[in-house]
Amino acid sequence: MAVCVAVIAKENYPLYIRSVPTENELKFHYMVHTSLDVVDEKISAMGKALVDQRELYLGLLYPTEDYKVYGYVTNSKVKFVMVVDSSNTALRDNEIRSMFRKLHNSYTDVMCNPFYNPGDRIQSRAFDSMVTSMMIQVC
Amino acid sequence: MEAAAGAGCGSGPPLLLSEGEQQCYSELFARCTGAASGGPGSGPPEASRAAPSAATAAAGPVADLFRASQLPAETLHQITELCGAKRVGYFGPTQFYIALKLIAAAQSGLPVRIESIKCELPLPRFMMSKTDSDIRFGNSAELHGTKTQIPYLISEKNTFKRMDDEDKQQETQSPTMSPLASPPSSPPHYQRVPLSHGYSKLRSSTEQMHPAPYEARQPEGPSSGNQGTKPPRHQASLIRSFSVEREPQDNSNYPDEPWRITEEQREYYVNQFRSLQPDPSSFISGSVAKNFFTKSKLSIPELSYIWELSDADCDGALTLPEFCAAFHLIVARKNGYPLPEGLPPTLQPEYLQAAFPKPKWECALFDSYSESMPANQQPHDLNRMEKLSIKDVADFPVSTEDMTGDDKQALKSTMDEALPKDTSEDPATPKDSNSLKARPRSRSYSSTSIEEAMKRGEDPPTPPPRPQKTHSRASSLDLNKVFQPSVPATKSGLLPPPPALPPRPCPSQSEQASEAELHPQLNRASSQAAESSPTKKDTPYSQPPSKPIRRKLRSENQATENQEPSTTVGGPASVATVKPHPIVQKQSSKQKKAIQTAIRKNKEANAVLARLNSELQQQLKEVHQERIALENQLEQLRPVTVL
Repeated sequence: MAVCVAVIAKENYPLYIRSVPTENELKFHYMVHTSLDVVDEKISAMGKALVDQRELYLGLLYPTEDYKVYGYVTNSKVKFVMVVDSSNTALRDNEIRSMFRKLHNSYTDVMCNPFYNPGDRIQSRAFDSMVTSMMIQVC
Repeated sequence: MEAAAGAGCGSGPPLLLSEGEQQCYSELFARCTGAASGGPGSGPPEASRAAPSAATAAAGPVADLFRASQLPAETLHQITELCGAKRVGYFGPTQFYIALKLIAAAQSGLPVRIESIKCELPLPRFMMSKTDSDIRFGNSAELHGTKTQIPYLISEKNTFKRMDDEDKQQETQSPTMSPLASPPSSPPHYQRVPLSHGYSKLRSSTEQMHPAPYEARQPEGPSSGNQGTKPPRHQASLIRSFSVEREPQDNSNYPDEPWRITEEQREYYVNQFRSLQPDPSSFISGSVAKNFFTKSKLSIPELSYIWELSDADCDGALTLPEFCAAFHLIVARKNGYPLPEGLPPTLQPEYLQAAFPKPKWECALFDSYSESMPANQQPHDLNRMEKLSIKDVADFPVSTEDMTGDDKQALKSTMDEALPKDTSEDPATPKDSNSLKARPRSRSYSSTSIEEAMKRGEDPPTPPPRPQKTHSRASSLDLNKVFQPSVPATKSGLLPPPPALPPRPCPSQSEQASEAELHPQLNRASSQAAESSPTKKDTPYSQPPSKPIRRKLRSENQATENQEPSTTVGGPASVATVKPHPIVQKQSSKQKKAIQTAIRKNKEANAVLARLNSELQQQLKEVHQERIALENQLEQLRPVTVL
């Protein structure tokens, strides 16, 4: 159950960012922004090898007191960043991976839409609903 | 016929009520008074003739009733003022009846004035919780029993095919209700729940769409008034459609009537599909579909959402059922219906495939396809199948052409207008993004063109075809004509005037074809082109098209006369020669102009390339010189080092 989900384009600007507690969004935006550095570091570390050998799932990028940040990179250098509540210890790596896979699939579906220009903000309702399903259920 | 003297309102003229109206009004009046005081309303009709009796309608129920008529507040104020209730201080029968009549007038779109109530008006419509009987009553009286509406989604064709009020209103209204209302609820709820929501949505989104059907409806509307303001008409239609909608609602298994594709719609969609992709069992690629749907002038986010809904397997391509669903959604959206949250069951690909099996797409459809393209007389299937552009632009208006006799002229004319605009853009910028600019102009078929056509009196003159635009297509035909024995008007034989009208120009084809096809013509006509094109530029196009053509023909025929006719602007000598072959000239004019246009374009391209070439040559020279200089230096240095 994510707290914040972000899709970052290759040029490091956000295509889609959404967080569950709609107040205090800025904090999450900032976290996602800072996590981009970590993502780049991880990519470049593996980047010497061929892209094929690089795994898409980057794992835990960095933990903070309250949150953990996970990252995922596609072959077209589009990054998915997910912020997860630290108190939610039940979340295992596999679940995070599956969430990223779902994100990636939905992202691919968005790409398939010929009216979507790569680089635009993602406004697909199907994508939104998928992300909502992944978010924490805030009463 | 009753005549209730306006005893209560001094300024009111005698109010003529038909029997149906009388009954309805008295019932409503009774309800208002009964609800208030329990006193007897104007029971027997004769009683209304008397001076305002003690029975007055209380303001409360009357206000509710008026509000239920869905007219804007200011209209209601006007009505109350006019009917005299304000002056008198109460709603007597006369005031009430006058008010009801004014409401009916307002709902029919007439201005709220005393004169309006003099004409025959339909009954006013009220949307209230327990008004089933009232509205049904009003229904039967007004609709004259024509309740044969099939609650299908309105498409352009349907709009104009059935010019009845009822059909249109019902169709316009029902789709807003269906996606918004929960699946099958009882009819009264059905009409009420989405009323405000759908109504407001419709108001905002369809006002530009509905003028067309409203304008078209005028000659046949039951109300004689013609200069209605749009919102009251809109409301009238909405309310009528609401009342009508309830009856046929249970006809199908699915509650979402407007999302059901009719047979003719289905055929049309299939034809469109074939135009994009000859094989009905294969896909349309995303980019092709994008071009096609962009012509509908919907916004990109909406188109994106429609795609999302219709591309069920998210593969970036549309199969035929997916395409039909997408097209249907686009048509719905263009008619003002809000897009559904999810794909309606009647638009699911499985349903569509089951409902309309493939074997239908045989020659029958192909025949209907060729019939449905009235403007494309030539069977240039190859050319048509290649690109979408103009032909699809034509196809959208063609659909409405099929359905309206009146509007055929209008559409054709607007199409002709639109086409030249389109072709002018496309040859210059064949890219999709640029063609988007051109296409929106030509896509004004549904709303504005019909409206203008109707306003013009249903017989608009066909505007003269803009020559330079259509020729880009026509030029590509010349190659075909070359091999056919045609009118031997010219000695050259390379540019024979075609005997028949050329098919609808397709600019992107022409751009490809023109270069190849004009090349042989250019070889021959190069000298003439040099002269004819500058002179052609001089020639205003308001001139009869035969003159430039004649000039060109002559220039081809007689080399000696090149100078004279080409330099004379609108040469009078050419006119004389024109007359013997007017028809031939007209037919060949388009080709000639196309050739001239293409020649001009090629010349420009040539000029650009030549300039580029010269620049590159220059650079090459400089680079050579540098190289030589460097080699010299090297040689000078080398002996030093060797030693």
